[in-house]
Amino acid sequence: MRRLRFLFLAPAAGIVVLLFFVPLAILLGYAALTRGAYGGAGAPWTLENWVRLADPLYVGILARSVAVAAVSTALCLVLGFPLAWFIARAGRRKNLWLALVMLPFWTSFLVRTYAWMFLLRDTGLFNTALLKLGLIAEPLPLLYNYGAVILGLVYGYLPFMVLPLFATLERLDKSLLEAAGDLGARPWQAQWRVVVPLAAPGIRAGALLVFIPCLGAYLTPDLLGGGKTILIGTLIQNQFTNSRDWPFGSAASLALMAVVLALLMLQVRKKQEDLL
Amino acid sequence: MGDVLELRGLTKRFPGHTAVEDMSLSIPPGEFFCLLGPSGCGKTTTLRMVAGFEEPTRGDIFLRGNRINALRPYERNVSTVFQNYALFPHLTVRENIEFGLRHRRNGGRKDITGVVEMLQLGGKEDRKPDQLSGGERQRVALARSLVLEPDVLLLDEPLSALDPNLRKQVRGELVALQRRVGITFLFITHDQEEALSVSDRLALLNQGRLEQVGTPREVYLKPATRFAAGFLGPINWINGIGVRPEAMRISPARLEDARSAPATVTNSVFLGNCLHVETQLASGERVVAEVSRFEGGYSTGEDVYVCWNERDELALPPG
Repeated sequence: MRRLRFLFLAPAAGIVVLLFFVPLAILLGYAALTRGAYGGAGAPWTLENWVRLADPLYVGILARSVAVAAVSTALCLVLGFPLAWFIARAGRRKNLWLALVMLPFWTSFLVRTYAWMFLLRDTGLFNTALLKLGLIAEPLPLLYNYGAVILGLVYGYLPFMVLPLFATLERLDKSLLEAAGDLGARPWQAQWRVVVPLAAPGIRAGALLVFIPCLGAYLTPDLLGGGKTILIGTLIQNQFTNSRDWPFGSAASLALMAVVLALLMLQVRKKQEDLL
Repeated sequence: MGDVLELRGLTKRFPGHTAVEDMSLSIPPGEFFCLLGPSGCGKTTTLRMVAGFEEPTRGDIFLRGNRINALRPYERNVSTVFQNYALFPHLTVRENIEFGLRHRRNGGRKDITGVVEMLQLGGKEDRKPDQLSGGERQRVALARSLVLEPDVLLLDEPLSALDPNLRKQVRGELVALQRRVGITFLFITHDQEEALSVSDRLALLNQGRLEQVGTPREVYLKPATRFAAGFLGPINWINGIGVRPEAMRISPARLEDARSAPATVTNSVFLGNCLHVETQLASGERVVAEVSRFEGGYSTGEDVYVCWNERDELALPPG
């Protein structure tokens, strides 16, 4: 029986070890080496990559990445909460609405991000329409800024906020809302004092599911942000391609992972508190 | 002083069925009033209309003489004790009790010590609902509503979630509490014994309609319909006349001073505090007599007379 269990666990365990722990070890090794002239890395061992990370330039990039991810997560929450609430109360239509929320996944994220470029650029749909209507004289700078990046991230990760929120809101006992109303709370007061606190586990799960990929996002900042908005994902990518500084790229990747790990620890601790 | 709650021609239709049909009731202040009926009789729907969770299809609800049909739940000075208590799981006992006070314009901050003491919740104020026993949870639900001093307290089967052993004790406490606070209670139950034991007056509902309204004594001893007679307690039907088992006696011979009918014992069940003697009349009608265990046993097949007094007969319209 026990042996059989290991047999079934082996493939997944193998994948995790081979494709996660082994690369992680390689990354740790690279981060402590000196860059090679044409990529790669070699002797001698050094801490220089880590020292370089402390440079205000890179700290700034990491801070900006955290800020962009935080704003995107907050927007996903503000937009996703009413949507999840609506779907959780939609009765038999629930599954239809959920399917619609997940519908964008049927198309490649890359294609959808390109679509945003076509919509937002100077000769794109929005600017053309506004120009034709005579509402503006010059095209608005809609693309290649942080606004566009955040828009793309919110658009891409909104479903990851809606789904866990929906899962907690759907389980919410309807009589608690009635009780709140019965005790004199107006609907918005009942939402704030009863629904939001009870949805906290869903809010935390959704926030993590959105924040973590937003923090490390490469595609969206690169395509919608252009060259002017360097975020940590772009920085790492640059180290492995243009700059050919694999050791520094490795150190930056590990720094990003450390931030994510710290957040996960916070979440786990909070979850244990919830259980008490 | 007029009635605190009045329902006039209250009707609620849902797609496909009518939950409540033309119900009219008046409840004076300070009364412990029960809505009694089988499940699906419309008692919960009636309560929900008074609370404001359902809108009447027709008819009116008056609270202290004011029509409250159009008021939202949070605008009505009534409060509900839910069947599952609906305590806020993320809040402590104190925060649950104070929840409603925050929304009161005049109340604002109010000392909850009195209500906490009255409901024996002292020392438990900082616990969360999942750290409380069933009885304590019920008392928090009561405290949360009573602290608002509603015109009417609505109780939706508040004892059904409790341990059966606890239920009888708590219902006694509930009556004592109601006497003490003097607030009108509108209490819902499907348990006729519960309704008889707690209420000043009760209304029996069947299929969305009122069958009878009266004191427990009136409704039990003078049921207006066969349904009322049967729902409030077991009853024997002898040639269209109803007699309660506890009014039946068993005798080896006809009794001079009472009505009697020859019967054959079909079974005798020992219930500890009494015996249920099941018999069959020549007409085929089955009659159960609840007799003292001191009368001794009866064996199956024994020929006896079932006897009753004329004053214990419940004369009811046929049907």
